[in-house]
Amino acid sequence: MVVEQLITSFIASAAFGIIFNTKKASLIKCGIVGMAGWFVYFTMTSNGIDPVPASLAGSFVVALISQFFARRYKTPIIIFNVAGIIPLVPGGLAYDAMRNFVESNYTIGLGLAAKAGLISGAIALGLVFSEVINQLIRKAKLPPKVYSKSRL
Amino acid sequence: MKTDVMEVCLLAGKIMLQSGAETYRVEDTMMRIASSFGAKESHSYVTPTGIMFSIECEQPTKTKLIRITDRTTDLHKITLVNSVSRQISNKELTLQEAYQSLKNIESSTPSYPIIIQVLAAAIASGCFLIMFKGTWDDFFPAFVAGGTGLITFIYAQRIVPIKFFSEFVASLIIAILSWIFVYTGWGYELDKIIIGSVMPLVPGLVLTNAVRDLMAGHLVSGLSKGAEALLTAFAIGSGVAVVLTFI
Repeated sequence: MVVEQLITSFIASAAFGIIFNTKKASLIKCGIVGMAGWFVYFTMTSNGIDPVPASLAGSFVVALISQFFARRYKTPIIIFNVAGIIPLVPGGLAYDAMRNFVESNYTIGLGLAAKAGLISGAIALGLVFSEVINQLIRKAKLPPKVYSKSRL
Repeated sequence: MKTDVMEVCLLAGKIMLQSGAETYRVEDTMMRIASSFGAKESHSYVTPTGIMFSIECEQPTKTKLIRITDRTTDLHKITLVNSVSRQISNKELTLQEAYQSLKNIESSTPSYPIIIQVLAAAIASGCFLIMFKGTWDDFFPAFVAGGTGLITFIYAQRIVPIKFFSEFVASLIIAILSWIFVYTGWGYELDKIIIGSVMPLVPGLVLTNAVRDLMAGHLVSGLSKGAEALLTAFAIGSGVAVVLTFI
């Protein structure tokens, strides 16, 4: 079951690399980033943890690995980030919310929409957290003058 | 013909912004190029729809504005411009060479043909269905619906260049196809097929960029990209909703 999830998330993230026109050499790395993020999210949610903290942890891992790849291969981080985040985007919840709105179940729909909003916020927070940590590491490594212009 | 530092900076910025780069990266790249070619100081103001750039040098300060109308996603071009900017910083390129290589990048076509992109979208849709705990029986419907959705989006965009409308039509087609599959007994769970198939249209790139811009202090760009993501999500949602109301 977990293997099935790992393989599909790898393929899905790499396929998104193709849709966003990433060069061929980066596709496998996109897949690895997406797979790692989804693995964290999936194991957490299937152990009964709420999707919101699970998304936070997932996107944190995605951003961490993306930063490593970006540094290692001297490519913009956005290439790995974007493909990795896609599986975590709460498309299913947003859909359910909308379906309930259409069927006039406004109360249920509002609850689901709020949850989708929270998850989006968690994903954003995960990205920011890892960037902050990354900057702290760089600050510790480099003399302060080199990084007067902070680069997120 | 003598090339100007201004031209090189603006061209680099234009390609990056049109390919979907973050605002801070566009500003940073333009200013780095300007300073490597000896500009004393430069200022840039980038929003998703236009670039203002000004260079201070021996001659009177020059300022230029360019308008960006169409934006797509092409991460390969961002990588290429990034490496050109790196080369310029290391003084490996002259002004003329830099301009020429940027021109080449601008006119280069996407490295994957449409058919490959559509196939990728189709496979991604099928995989998302499995990731959202769907059954393998529904893999084929999601595969077809997802692929058709992207084809519809690309061609609708060519006929009517309004992104909102193309996304609406694409998700409408996806919902209709998914319903036909379930109705004829080829598919089982309508909800999961639709969710998996609309994933290739989901504004993931715009959303992450919006957040990163906001965090970097580019409030105008961040908010307008957030609005773009919201509008896209709304378009997809309303396309599906139209079909759901009739079931």
